[in-house]
Amino acid sequence: MIEAVGLTKIYGKTVAVDELSFTVNPGIVTGFLGPNGAGKSTTMRMILGLDTPSRGRALIDGVPYASIPRPLTKIGSLLDANWIHPNRTAKAHLRWMAASNGIPVKRVTEVLDTVGLSAVADKAAGKYSLGMKQRLGIAGALLGDPEILLFDEPVNGLDPEGIHWIRSFMKQLAANGKTVLVSSHLLSEMSLTADHLVVIGRGRLISNSSTADFIANSTTASVRVRSPQLPQLREILVGAGLAVTDVPDGLSITAAPIEQIGELAGNAGITLHELSGQAGSLEDAFIKLTGDSVEYNAHDGLGPVSPTEFTSAQDASPTAGAAPAPYRGN
Amino acid sequence: MSLLNVERIKLFSTRSPYWCLLLVVVFGLGLSAILSLVEGGANAGVSTSQAGINFAISVIMVMAALAITTEYRFGTIRNSFLAVPKRGKVLAAKTAVVAVIALVVTLITSFAAYYLMVAIHGPDAPANAMDINNADEWRYIWGPAVIVMVAAVIAVSVGSLIRQSAGAIAALLIWPTLESLFPLFGSFGRRVAPWLPFNAGSKFYTAGFSDGQGPPALDGRYPSPNWWQGGLVFVGTAAVLYVVALILLKKRDA
Repeated sequence: MIEAVGLTKIYGKTVAVDELSFTVNPGIVTGFLGPNGAGKSTTMRMILGLDTPSRGRALIDGVPYASIPRPLTKIGSLLDANWIHPNRTAKAHLRWMAASNGIPVKRVTEVLDTVGLSAVADKAAGKYSLGMKQRLGIAGALLGDPEILLFDEPVNGLDPEGIHWIRSFMKQLAANGKTVLVSSHLLSEMSLTADHLVVIGRGRLISNSSTADFIANSTTASVRVRSPQLPQLREILVGAGLAVTDVPDGLSITAAPIEQIGELAGNAGITLHELSGQAGSLEDAFIKLTGDSVEYNAHDGLGPVSPTEFTSAQDASPTAGAAPAPYRGN
Repeated sequence: MSLLNVERIKLFSTRSPYWCLLLVVVFGLGLSAILSLVEGGANAGVSTSQAGINFAISVIMVMAALAITTEYRFGTIRNSFLAVPKRGKVLAAKTAVVAVIALVVTLITSFAAYYLMVAIHGPDAPANAMDINNADEWRYIWGPAVIVMVAAVIAVSVGSLIRQSAGAIAALLIWPTLESLFPLFGSFGRRVAPWLPFNAGSKFYTAGFSDGQGPPALDGRYPSPNWWQGGLVFVGTAAVLYVVALILLKKRDA
């Protein structure tokens, strides 16, 4: 179990993580969700003892990370797939990690096999594609056969095949009874893999609930109608006390059964060209919740632009805007 | 013990240490060979057999600094701290491995360079130039390796403090040059110069020794450390830097 208690990180005047408290329960996949810059990575780094919290604490099974003997056998993590030396082979990379935690060398071969990198194990990791680096990172996380796993944005920048692989991999980990905390800025991604969601924005906790509850509570279903007799229809619907909004060439009615709308139109003899139920989009729900807490809000005269554009763009084509990250310069 | 193995794997699974160590050996032996032969061996002597030593100090310091700065450059330092959250142990193991390698390689190179000159020096070499008669002369052979080892500790510490390859290497290479400028700063500079870390460190093997072939002594009017005083100044410098590096390593976010 991972436990964050009043976790706070302040850089100068910026509060990156603000009094964050949550627990990650064993045996399930917990999604750690928030827009870019919400403080997800910082929180994970504090959990793993890389960054010192300004206030509060993070505990793993009751103790701070630094107090865990042979930590890789307790908690495996992948925060950044680029954390590898480009001239070191995948095998050597895993071999030193194994040696540091008294993990038998044969585990290196095993995990390389698990992630499908056996054939390139003796190649310098710098020559790997981002997807391969991601697999190597996951191999490193699995090395000590830990019961807890932490992944930071594992699908970022992956091609569809890589995304599919990670997704099924997470589910498999949960099926094997592992505790998994995985961060993402994509709600749609999390809805596929996570059982529980911890949602943050601007470093603060926004929601902490099961994925099903989160989606049910934060999405609104609506009904969309198109008709050549739109003004009359609107009048009837408003007359019936329904919440009606105008949308391009049609109307949108929220919080009303689709049957009721059809019957109202039928009784009045109004022709309908479309009568369709619209499931509330997860991304919309997410934006509604975190919209106020997006750190880098663009303003271009069209009102606040939430991360719709890039979340949906990345969702549609996962490789867009996320080419393999270049090495960070020194 | 296992952490020493970890650092050994890390160091020798990348290319630069091999190049650095090869350079130390090739340059050390190469200079010794050249000075054995030019002008019929007129320059031969115990001190000239060790002519590659300043080069070795520079190259080993580059290797030692890179051992830690590349970890920051590529982010692997975080993997290191995730695997071993007690950061002091990581620094200690890394320093120990680099220092021991520096000691062993330089020691072998120094002795090889000496015996190479004994074997091949030209006919015009001064009589008994290669004889070793006392402890001071022996120290000229084994001493440089000790200084290189301590320099490696300084370099790992500076690398850990600066966390950036170019910056750390520049600082380490400019440092001895700055020390050599001190005698220009009037009598104060001349008084202080012999006691500055790298100047003092070189006294560890040069003090009390003269075969007439080595570099000219510093200004004789001001007291200069003897061999153990010089060694202590250098070791003390390394110890202070190491402790500061250790404190900051624990304090700073990785």
